[in-house]
Amino acid sequence: MKIAFTSTGKDMSSKIDARFGRTDYIIVLDDTTKGIDIIDNTAIANEAHGAGPKTAQKIFEVKADVIITGNGPGGNALTVFKKSATKIFIGAAGMSVEEAYQQFLKNKLSEM
Amino acid sequence: MKIAIASGKGGTGKTTLSTNLATYIAKNKQVILADLDVEEPNSSIFLISDLPQHQENINKMIPEWDGDACIHCNKCKDNCNFNAIIQLGSEILVLPELCHSCYACSELCPADALPMKPIQLGVLSHYSKSNLEFIESRLDLGQEQAVPLINQTLEYVDNNSSGKEIIIFDSPPGTSCPMIEVVKNSDYIILVTEPTPFGLNDLQIAVETVKLLKKPCSVVVNRAGGEFKGIDSYCEEENIKIISKIPEDRAIAKLYSEGKLLVGKHEGFTREIRNIYNLISEKEERLSI
Amino acid sequence: MKELVVISGKGGTGKTSITASLAYLAGLDAIVADCDVDAADMHLLLNPSYSNTENFYSGEVATIDNNLCIACGNCKDVCRFDAIIISDLQYSIDSISCEGCGYCSKICPVEAITNHERLVGQMYVSDVRTGTKMVHAKLGIGADNSGKLVAYVKKKSKDIAKLLKKKYVIVDGSPGIGCPVISSLSGADLVLFVTEPSKSGFHDLKRVIELVEKFKLPSVCIINKFDLNLEITEEIVAYLEQRQIDFVAKLPYSMIVSQMLSQGKILVETDNNISREIRGAWKSIIQKLEK
Repeated sequence: MKIAFTSTGKDMSSKIDARFGRTDYIIVLDDTTKGIDIIDNTAIANEAHGAGPKTAQKIFEVKADVIITGNGPGGNALTVFKKSATKIFIGAAGMSVEEAYQQFLKNKLSEM
Repeated sequence: MKIAIASGKGGTGKTTLSTNLATYIAKNKQVILADLDVEEPNSSIFLISDLPQHQENINKMIPEWDGDACIHCNKCKDNCNFNAIIQLGSEILVLPELCHSCYACSELCPADALPMKPIQLGVLSHYSKSNLEFIESRLDLGQEQAVPLINQTLEYVDNNSSGKEIIIFDSPPGTSCPMIEVVKNSDYIILVTEPTPFGLNDLQIAVETVKLLKKPCSVVVNRAGGEFKGIDSYCEEENIKIISKIPEDRAIAKLYSEGKLLVGKHEGFTREIRNIYNLISEKEERLSI
Repeated sequence: MKELVVISGKGGTGKTSITASLAYLAGLDAIVADCDVDAADMHLLLNPSYSNTENFYSGEVATIDNNLCIACGNCKDVCRFDAIIISDLQYSIDSISCEGCGYCSKICPVEAITNHERLVGQMYVSDVRTGTKMVHAKLGIGADNSGKLVAYVKKKSKDIAKLLKKKYVIVDGSPGIGCPVISSLSGADLVLFVTEPSKSGFHDLKRVIELVEKFKLPSVCIINKFDLNLEITEEIVAYLEQRQIDFVAKLPYSMIVSQMLSQGKILVETDNNISREIRGAWKSIIQKLEK
C-alpha cells in the first residue's frame, strides 16, 4: 500500500502540512518496502486557482491508496479522488509525518 | 435609467437603501430592482412573501469530454490556463468550477472531443408586485463564478424592460470583477459608506474604480453622526456630492435585523429616501433631454 | 505557535475591529495577518509602517505587440470576454475584461500576443503600533482576492512568527465561503466566528459554520450587537450549542463603537463594558488555543 502525506519538509520527521492543494511537499511511503519518495510541490504557490486538483493529479500519478493530511482537500480535488478511489484521512495537522503514520496505523485519524 | 447601489465593502447598508428606494419609487412609478449580490442575495428577505412569477436556470458553458473521439494528444490540458482540465491516466477530467468558459480547449481540440455543453450556475427569480419588478439571481452553493451569472441577469433585465422604468441594481460588495461588471452596465452609481476611517478607506477604493470606468457617482453616508469628518472632506476634494446622510439610529438597526422595510415606518429615513428619489428624478430628466 | 482565524461570512459584523482588539491584547505575542484583502481595513486601526513592499502577481493577462499585429481579427473572434479593443485600426487588450485564458495568443498567426503574469497588488510586512508585525496586502482595482494571495500572506506571517518565536498568529479571514476563505482556514488551530443577530447575519453564519465543520476545526463565536434582536440572538445561541461551538462573548449595540472607530481607536483601548467583554473572550480563546 502507498500512503501519501502532505508535508512541510522532506523527511518523516517534518510536520504535516495542514493544507492539501498548497502543501509544500508530498511524502509517499510504501508501507511494504518502507521506501520513501518525495515530491516537491513548492511550485504550486504560482497557481492562482486550481491548486487542489493539480496536487491531486500528482498524487494520482504515484498511485497512492491513502492520503494523510490536515484540513482535507476541497471539492475540485475530491472530484479527482473519486475517480481513483483514494482514501483520505484528515486531522493530522500539527503532527510529524511519522506520528501521523503511527496514528493512522492505530486507526486514530478520521476518514473524510 | 440604470442606477447601481454599490459600496467598497459589505455591511454598509446597500441592500437597505436599494430595497427601500425601490419600494418608495414604486408608489408612483415603474421600477425594476435587481439583486446582483449573487453570492449572498438578501433583498428578498425584505421584499418577498409570495412565490416568483417566473424562474429560470442560468447556465454556463463547459466542455464535456468524449472519450471515444479523444486521440490523447493532451492539447486541451496544455491549452487550459485555469487548471480546469486534469489528465488522469488515459482519461480527461473537466472541473466545472474552475472553467472560465473560454472555449480554447474545445475549439482547439483536433478531434472535436470536447464539445461545449451548458451546466447550471444559479437560478434567476422574477417577482412582480404592482409597480415593482424584483429580480434576484442566486449562485448555486459551491459555484464561485459570479460574473457570468451577473451578465446573464443584466441581459434578462434589459429584455424585460420597456426602457421607461427606473432600474436599480443592488451591486455585489467590494471592487472586484463582479462589482465592475455591474458598474460598467449602469448609468449612475450611488456609493454607500459610513463615517468611519473604514468607510472612508473603502469609499476611496470604490470611487477610484468608478472613475476608472468613467461613470458619474454620488455618495450616501449611512449611520451618520459622530465626529468623523473624513468622508465630507474627501468628497469635497473629489467633487463628489453627498446626496444623503442617514443618521445612526438604533430603531433603524432593529427594523433591519427583523427583515423589515423602513419606508413609511421610520420618518427620518423615509425623508432621506424621498430626497434621494428627487435627485434621481432630476438626473433622469436631464438624461432624457 | 498557534493560529487563530477570525471569519464572519457577511461584511459589517465588526470582524475587523474585534480582530484588531485581539491583536492589541496579544501585543508582542502575536503576528497579525490581514487576509480580508478585498476590504483590508486592519491598517486603519494598527497604523502599519508599509516598510517592506513586494509586488504580487496572480493569474495572467494578454498584451498585443502592434509592431507585429496584422489586424486579422482572429483574436477578437475567439475572445469570449470582449477584451479585444480596436481603436484607430489598432488592436489592444482591455486588461480589466481580459481573464488571461490565453486563447488569443494561441491562435494569433504572427505571435503578436503574449500572456504574462498579472500584477494585482502589493504585499507588505509592516511594524504596527502595538509593537508587533503585520502582513497585509493592497489589491489594485478590479483584482480579485485569491487563494494564492491568502496562502502567501499566511505563509509569510507564519514564517515571521517562527523566526521571532511568537506564540500566536492572528488572521483576519476573508469574507464569503469561496476559495479565499478556505485558504484562510488552512492550518488554523482555532476559528472565531463574529456574527450579528440579523436574519442575513445568521444565514451567513450557518454557511461558514458548515464550511468549517467540513474541515473539523475547533471554533468559538462572538455575537456582536446581541441586544439588537434578542430573539435571533437566542436562536444563534441554541444553534451554537447544538453544533458544540462555545460562544465566548456577546457585545451590546453601542454608540461607543462607532465613536472609537471614527477616531481610529481599537475597542479595548479604553475601559468600558465592551472592552471588558472582549478581554474575557481573549482569555477563553487563549485557553482553547493552548489546549
